[in-house]
Amino acid sequence: MSTHTERSREPAIRVQNIEKSYKELHVLKGVDLEVARGSIFALLGSNGAGKTTVVRILSTLLKADGGSASVNGYDVASQAGDVRESISLTGQFAAVDEVLTGRENLILVARLRHLNNPGTVADDLLARFSLTDAGGRKAATYSGGMRRRLDISMSLIGNPPVIFLDEPTTGLDPQARIEVWDAVKELARNGTTVLLTTQYLDEAEQLADRIAILHQGRIIVNGTLAELKALLPPAKVEYVEKQPTLEDVFFAVVGDNGSAGTTGTTTTSPAGTDK
Amino acid sequence: MSKHFFGDTAVLTGRSLSHILRSPDTIITTAVTPIALMLMFVYVLGGAINTGTGSYVNYLLPGILLITIASGIAYTAYRLFLDMQGGIFERFQSMPIARSAVLWGHVLTSLVANLVSVALVVLVALLMGFRSGAGALSWLAVAGILTMFTLALTWLAVIAGLSAKTVDGASAFSYPLIFLPFVSSAFVPTETMPGPVRWFAENQPVTSIVDAIRSLLAQQPVGTDIWIALAWCIGILALAYGFAMATYRRRVS
Repeated sequence: MSTHTERSREPAIRVQNIEKSYKELHVLKGVDLEVARGSIFALLGSNGAGKTTVVRILSTLLKADGGSASVNGYDVASQAGDVRESISLTGQFAAVDEVLTGRENLILVARLRHLNNPGTVADDLLARFSLTDAGGRKAATYSGGMRRRLDISMSLIGNPPVIFLDEPTTGLDPQARIEVWDAVKELARNGTTVLLTTQYLDEAEQLADRIAILHQGRIIVNGTLAELKALLPPAKVEYVEKQPTLEDVFFAVVGDNGSAGTTGTTTTSPAGTDK
Repeated sequence: MSKHFFGDTAVLTGRSLSHILRSPDTIITTAVTPIALMLMFVYVLGGAINTGTGSYVNYLLPGILLITIASGIAYTAYRLFLDMQGGIFERFQSMPIARSAVLWGHVLTSLVANLVSVALVVLVALLMGFRSGAGALSWLAVAGILTMFTLALTWLAVIAGLSAKTVDGASAFSYPLIFLPFVSSAFVPTETMPGPVRWFAENQPVTSIVDAIRSLLAQQPVGTDIWIALAWCIGILALAYGFAMATYRRRVS
């Protein structure tokens, strides 16, 4: 399969000079970026910077006005069907069916991905995302973090090589945020390419191999965390008393088993262990 | 792309049918208003209405069935609107499925739900003294007309669901449809109506559909009514389907 090897040498996502306007509003004014296979790429920007627009164009939900983009080697405009075979989208709002149970949600997506054993797929993912106990409950009863984990696990069905996560932790409490981070890291470990958008700087810092900042319709910075840091004035050495952050306090007080409904497999250790 | 159309449609129909099974109140509320109307017209107003035929409930039932369907399809617009709001619509759109299957799932669900509502109303009508000696073939023809009518109105509902800005907007479009049978031969014969009203009543779709169903149930010759009724249904269906698909393409690209 020569086309296949050719394809695998291509970057997972390539965006060239993409433009998009909504009526008078010029949202994207020529965005360029490349995402290497198997990496986590964070698109950083404030609200309204156009992050979601980029994701919607790449996931074939929106047509760009100009420029070109390819995902997994397929052009998003002319090979939309192939692109959809290659991707999964977890949008800004948890796209789960609230009336169905967690397990039924997974089975639904597995059926739509035309897999042979939807039940097994669903049970595996429930276990992997610590949702086995909640699997028989309606998704409407889930907490924000559980819903997000279900949402992300639905995106993994069929092992698409590229996953888009649009603001995966917006509106989540700190514990749920860490659960989602763990899920994303787990994805990248298995070779999936992840493009995530976020407005939280620490999220990009925690997760991403490369970070791009989208500002006023253009990518103004694009590099690794180290490269980005090098852009700033050199580090100064200062002696500061390290006060615990409110997040440290929160985790110290609440402890690991504070999140109701989860089975407590959060692997990240709470505050205090690093001091 | 379309090689999965039937499979995907079946999966998505199963999904929205399970929504209905988990809140069967939508089927019951769909049936309650027409049943209340039927009770009121038969037991309150019916005594004073002279249709020139025997039993008023026999006369009334076809129109009531159309009202049932007209109010039932509002739920299709509502469910479609909720899907679009919630983000699951975008998930489906970004998946490798036959794209129109998302709409067909809702349309087929509407068909099933409305036929159940219609059956409930017929059951109540039987308790109220409705009788028909119609044979299987006539009943089949009635079911066929009602199916076409449901499909036509459901595709109208799809347009409303796709283009609505609010939940209220998604279901408000059905009010004129529910009202339409009142200005037709559904409740009283059109002969008593003043000129322009009578002209409208006799030339709007509901009258021909009601007359066709009434004749079939009363074992009378249906004449041209059935063809006019089917022409209306197919015409509305084709137009609504075309508009719905165009709206859909605008929404998803």
